[in-house]
Amino acid sequence: MNGAQALLQALIQEGVEHVFGHPGGAIMPVYDALYDAPIQHYLVRHEQAAAHAAAAYHRVSGRVGVCLATSGPGALNLVTGLADALMDSSAVVAITGNVPRALIGTDAFQEADVTGATMPVTKHNYLVTRADDLPRIVKEAFYIARTGRPGPVLIDIPKDVQLEAFTGAFPERVHLPGYRPTEEGHPRQIEKALAALEEAERPVLMVGGGARHAHAEIRAFAERTGIPVIPTLHGLGAFPGTHPQCLGMPGMHGTVAANRAVQYCDLILGIGLRFDDRVTGRLERFAPHARTIIHVDIDPAEVGKLVPTHIPVVGDAKQVTAELAAGARPLRLEGWWRTIRAWQEQYPLRIPERPYLQTPEVIRAFWEATGGEAIVTSGVGQHQMFVTQHYPFNKPRAWVTSGGLGTMGFGLPAAIGAQVARPDALVIDFDGDGSFQMTLQELATLVKYDLPVKVVILNNGFLGMVRQWQELFHARRYSEVYLADSNPDFAKLAAAYGIPGVRVERREDLAKGVDAVLGTDGPVVAEFRVHHEEGVFPMIPAGGSAEDMIVEDPREEVKA
Amino acid sequence: MRHIVSVLVEDHPRVLTRITALFARRGFNIESLAVGRTHQPGTSRIAFVVRGDDHTIEQVEKQLNRLVEVLKVTDHTEPHIERELALVKVHVAGLEERLEIREIAAAYRARTVDVARRALTFEVTGEPSKVESFIEQLRPYGLLETMRTGAVAMSRGVKALKPREKEAVREKEAV
Ligand SMILES: Cc1ncc(C[n+]2csc(CCOP(=O)(O)OP(=O)(O)O)c2C)c(N)n1
Repeated sequence: MNGAQALLQALIQEGVEHVFGHPGGAIMPVYDALYDAPIQHYLVRHEQAAAHAAAAYHRVSGRVGVCLATSGPGALNLVTGLADALMDSSAVVAITGNVPRALIGTDAFQEADVTGATMPVTKHNYLVTRADDLPRIVKEAFYIARTGRPGPVLIDIPKDVQLEAFTGAFPERVHLPGYRPTEEGHPRQIEKALAALEEAERPVLMVGGGARHAHAEIRAFAERTGIPVIPTLHGLGAFPGTHPQCLGMPGMHGTVAANRAVQYCDLILGIGLRFDDRVTGRLERFAPHARTIIHVDIDPAEVGKLVPTHIPVVGDAKQVTAELAAGARPLRLEGWWRTIRAWQEQYPLRIPERPYLQTPEVIRAFWEATGGEAIVTSGVGQHQMFVTQHYPFNKPRAWVTSGGLGTMGFGLPAAIGAQVARPDALVIDFDGDGSFQMTLQELATLVKYDLPVKVVILNNGFLGMVRQWQELFHARRYSEVYLADSNPDFAKLAAAYGIPGVRVERREDLAKGVDAVLGTDGPVVAEFRVHHEEGVFPMIPAGGSAEDMIVEDPREEVKA
Repeated sequence: MRHIVSVLVEDHPRVLTRITALFARRGFNIESLAVGRTHQPGTSRIAFVVRGDDHTIEQVEKQLNRLVEVLKVTDHTEPHIERELALVKVHVAGLEERLEIREIAAAYRARTVDVARRALTFEVTGEPSKVESFIEQLRPYGLLETMRTGAVAMSRGVKALKPREKEAVREKEAV
């Protein structure tokens, strides 16, 4: 057995069935071993896509996603995907080839200091110097990736190590004296949290991506206490979006009710979220009346990082929430709910009445036609925010988007990872015309593996989100955001890959278009031509607080 | 506030890079840094001096603890011993200066480690403030070269910086 074969053996022992990657010289022994291995490899057309697919694979299945790349350019193409996975806590193991040991540090062909380059974008990384270390390192990498706060781990393997004779053992256990995540919350802190809750008059529960595996516990706790629930971008689905206690997302493009509730609450119980600046806005003005902030997170470094925390609980969201639910009593919140209901009535999420097709209408049409049963991925921009507003996620692990890094081009590769993880699920990628074009080459991957992903491009002919900011903050000086003059004919583009295309330009054809997309068996690329100058509202301008919220589109009249 | 923090780490390649990169990325400013092996094979100990309020120091500690190869972190607030070593080379203009300089060195218990016609080199150890003050005393004579190791620290008494007690971790099912 050589190092590469030992690597494959170790992956199989970790239960790996699918990997995403792209070959090259320095990883060839691994690809050679893969040829005989009971692992399905998905050939992507750019390594960034492999990393995003692996991250999405984890997010929808809970299993560690794996990606492969060759040395130098291949490995560096993973960097964005790894950074994205780190920010959004996706468990990914990346395996890269490197030049032979003797050439490391000599500027050899396709050499790059990959462990150095990925240090800031991984939870941990390894440069393997002996084939015999491989099984131990693989075991550690998977353990680190999926435990504690999930994250990406990279294993860089010089080519000669892949070819070296393997005489080592496959360990059963990991021994990492410096790594021990705390999973059980401190009972004393949990008691304190419950006591504080009972005293609160206007509490809110905020849940983030760290709570996605704790949805049953979150629901039990929320329903027992009757507390208003505010899921963040990654928390959407951790609590049902159509549940009467759900106020919707907070933050920059959050609902008025969610943001007002945070602004006027006297207690925040935050579970598995990190108080990102897109959620808090100006920190000094965040939740000014909250006398108590309780923060539950498995990563101690997140607790108290940005928002001063009165009751820190370091532990796993599922375990801690279960204990909170067990100890909680119904709270008397009638007055608080009356206030919240009034905000909801006064400021519902509205789709403005306009003579042309708008993005939210398309999103809602898909939600209605699918009964909310799809797994949804997205690009980054206005369309992404419209999904958060108009697609109520009722189930966990059904929404995969790039939050922390905000990576355009995430949608299609993520849909690939999601579809591989859940072959029977309906997977829809809501994408922007800008975002889609950053990784559109992955249409080839859909074709090659017959992945029936539905790509729904919300084509507004602009880098819409940037255009919106230019409109609001730069006097409509639309600098370098116009795409319509050079966008491809998306249906023809799909056809070039052998994928059927659908195009809808008018509202009257919306339902038919949606049916055409959902009625197609394999992959589809659908283009919905939406209005050029839509805006996402409500909006809190960057650096503002809930008081600075722009509730509705400030333009009186939008030209059709 | 000035803090001296000790970190016990596994002695792997790039551990120091990981730590300094973390400081750089998080915007923590290191005043001094000293590293060396410990008596326990496979572990090294780092001492660094950093300035910041309680929040910053808490963040430094928490971020360090996230690193897989970090075994233990201590911010020395309890009674502790702190030392720094410096080599200081000073210009000697004439006999009178030579005598003065030697007198200063004696007061600081600095050892003469090199003697030349126009220069004296001393080795001085002590609390960083003492090293600082020694250097300041010699400054008027013309400092030619100084090299400081950065502070090292240890708690007093029987207390020692040890890895957290841990068992080899049993494999747990994912999800
Ligand atoms: C890789 C990358 N480059 C640039 C940006 C900055 N950015 C954020 S949103 C956006 C516009 C997105 O346009 P599009 O995908 O068409 O979506 P829309 O906003 O029009 O719905 C840009 C350029 C980014 N998030 N990611």
